[in-house]
Amino acid sequence: MIYEPSVSAVLIFLAFVVAAVGLSFYLGRRTKSSEAYFAAHGQIPWFVNGIAFAGDYLSAASFLGICGMIAAYGYDGFLYSIGYLAGWVVALFVIAEPMKRLGRFTFADALDAKFDSRGIKAAAGISTLAVSVFYLIPQMVGAGVLIQPLLGLPHWVGVLMVGVVVIIIVVTAGMVSTTWVQFLKGSLLVVFSTVLVVIVLGRGLNTDAEPHSTIGPIDSALLLGDSIDERLVVEATGEWSAHSEFVRLRSEPGQGFDLYVVIPTEDANQVILRRGQTLTKITGGATLVDGLPLGNEAGQRQLRGVGSVTKLPGGVASTGPLGPIEYLSTLRQSEVLLWSKQAINEADGSTTTVFYPKPTDGSQIMRPGEHPTFAGIRSGDPLDRINFLSLMLALFCGTASLPHILIRYYTVKDAAAARKSTIVGIASIGFFYVLTLYLGLGAMTSGALDVTDSNMAAPLLARSISSLLFAIISAIAFTTVLGTVSGLILASSGAVAHDLVGGFLGIELTGTAQVRLAKVAAVVVGLIAIVLGILFKEMNVSYLVGWAFSVAASANLPALVMLLFWKRTTSQGIIASVIVGMVSSLGWILLSADTYSKVFGWDPATAIAPFSQPGIVTIPLAFATLIVVSLLTSVRRDT
Amino acid sequence: MPEKTLIEQYNARLGIWLFLLYLLFYVGFVLINAFRADWMDAVVFAGLNLAVVYGFALIVVAIVMSFIYGVCCKVEPRGSQSPTDDATTSEARS
Repeated sequence: MIYEPSVSAVLIFLAFVVAAVGLSFYLGRRTKSSEAYFAAHGQIPWFVNGIAFAGDYLSAASFLGICGMIAAYGYDGFLYSIGYLAGWVVALFVIAEPMKRLGRFTFADALDAKFDSRGIKAAAGISTLAVSVFYLIPQMVGAGVLIQPLLGLPHWVGVLMVGVVVIIIVVTAGMVSTTWVQFLKGSLLVVFSTVLVVIVLGRGLNTDAEPHSTIGPIDSALLLGDSIDERLVVEATGEWSAHSEFVRLRSEPGQGFDLYVVIPTEDANQVILRRGQTLTKITGGATLVDGLPLGNEAGQRQLRGVGSVTKLPGGVASTGPLGPIEYLSTLRQSEVLLWSKQAINEADGSTTTVFYPKPTDGSQIMRPGEHPTFAGIRSGDPLDRINFLSLMLALFCGTASLPHILIRYYTVKDAAAARKSTIVGIASIGFFYVLTLYLGLGAMTSGALDVTDSNMAAPLLARSISSLLFAIISAIAFTTVLGTVSGLILASSGAVAHDLVGGFLGIELTGTAQVRLAKVAAVVVGLIAIVLGILFKEMNVSYLVGWAFSVAASANLPALVMLLFWKRTTSQGIIASVIVGMVSSLGWILLSADTYSKVFGWDPATAIAPFSQPGIVTIPLAFATLIVVSLLTSVRRDT
Repeated sequence: MPEKTLIEQYNARLGIWLFLLYLLFYVGFVLINAFRADWMDAVVFAGLNLAVVYGFALIVVAIVMSFIYGVCCKVEPRGSQSPTDDATTSEARS
């Protein structure tokens, strides 16, 4: 860990939590009816609702995941920004006004507006629950991942804290408090990200971030000798001997070593050595950095923060302040160090991870295709290309099908307000996504990145500027989780109380009883989320968000779109489409190579699904199911 | 499902046209990435390559089109709110 838990981060975070919970109790005194609990009486001003859209939507995956991906690989993370925003176009132009006109509390209301079918309520309620729970897992895992380095507490404490705070927010005042917490979080996130980007641009690009990190150019024959630069070469034994690109140099016995990676130059006989770092997990629990115990004392070593520019255009050492366009064009002509890792099994059974820099041309980091997920678009494999198309399709269709986003249309008074709040949402979310590119690239060149955890890129960028900003950004990142999780839990509790119990089981409840039931459901879903967040600790955050988008797009969007645009749609068609879309996308994900390797630990080559992203198959499948079933059942309709 | 009013029909049709326009723009970006990834390297504007320019354009165009939609949409008479209403004056009290 290259950062210490910060007292100011704890205090600022606590201030946020106290403010959010206090607000909830204040607003909760008047929230008794179901109109208030599920839809805030439809009284939220459109501007506030628009910013709350941003607070609802910009989850930990957006803020931490995308910035981290850009910091580690360049442009590729920005593809997510583009896809996530494009989805809002579907929401505004196609979905927003009908959703508001047709529904009352939940997504199922809108689907069922024409039919009054218990089957639709059940199918839509279950799909709401499935999507929300899938979306909840990465948020909860993200909360734990954040709290470990920031507050110095174990993973499960972070998950538990978020769970408890969110349950309090949702149970006290439902949609009213959830909206205001999301409004608070959305504004803070956009404002402070802007502050960070302004500072990044003012700092410009500098080449001196990591001094004394290279040796040479030296004669490549020296690599075969037993000393380089007056230091002894550690003998490469075991698996190390298969990695002639790594050289370990030792100044004194017992003082660890410095790892260097061999980088060829234009002259075949000359090489440059560039310093990397190693992390060894010894069986039994101890951790070594470059051969010494992890720590800050004498005789111990700490991982270094990384990320630097090695060459700037014109050979200057510093550019001075840059404009937003200049920043990107200068970086495109520079050379940057990107960090890769290589696992090496030691003879004693422990595993060493070598983190080593790779000088990368700026033009390469400013184009798509560096991240493993997207490398396929340059490999020429048709399946990789289909996988890419499938991901971009799921991002485009997923946004307008997320239940926790859709319920926000019921908190404003009419269709015009729904439209206006979506426009405010698009403007603030779009602006934030433009900032993500600068935040990511700023972190990439900040010298503050943690090689072991790319999710921390944005907070660490703030840390390279000032510790107060680090505390604020960390606390905002944590609040980000609060805002999104409250929206999800509220959507789930609505699905249980309103769609499943009230609609499907047909149990008539008074407003107060329905709210009581929804609160119980919120507590139960919250507890399930806490448990899943702890169980799925090891899962990659952005990977799980991708699942939720695919399932939402496959299960919900076809039914919603066809209901609006095809007059012959029947209730059976909608039910079949939701179920087929949900089951096929979930099944595909479970049978994909990514899940085989990352979840089950099986050989990915044996996976049944030909590529990882289901959208391009399951979204058309759900449309086709709806059309076929509707045509088959329309004759029996007694209208 | 209640019948749409004329104004709602007008707004819905406007939305569909804008949606199709944006869809075309987005599909262009995705297809170039998937099948002609090299084109993304080409410098097209102020030292920026196509990847950055097209990506930013997708975000900016989404925002601009959403404003156009907001301005061109007709306001439903049932809603008491006019576009000039000040949001901050109506507090959400339940």
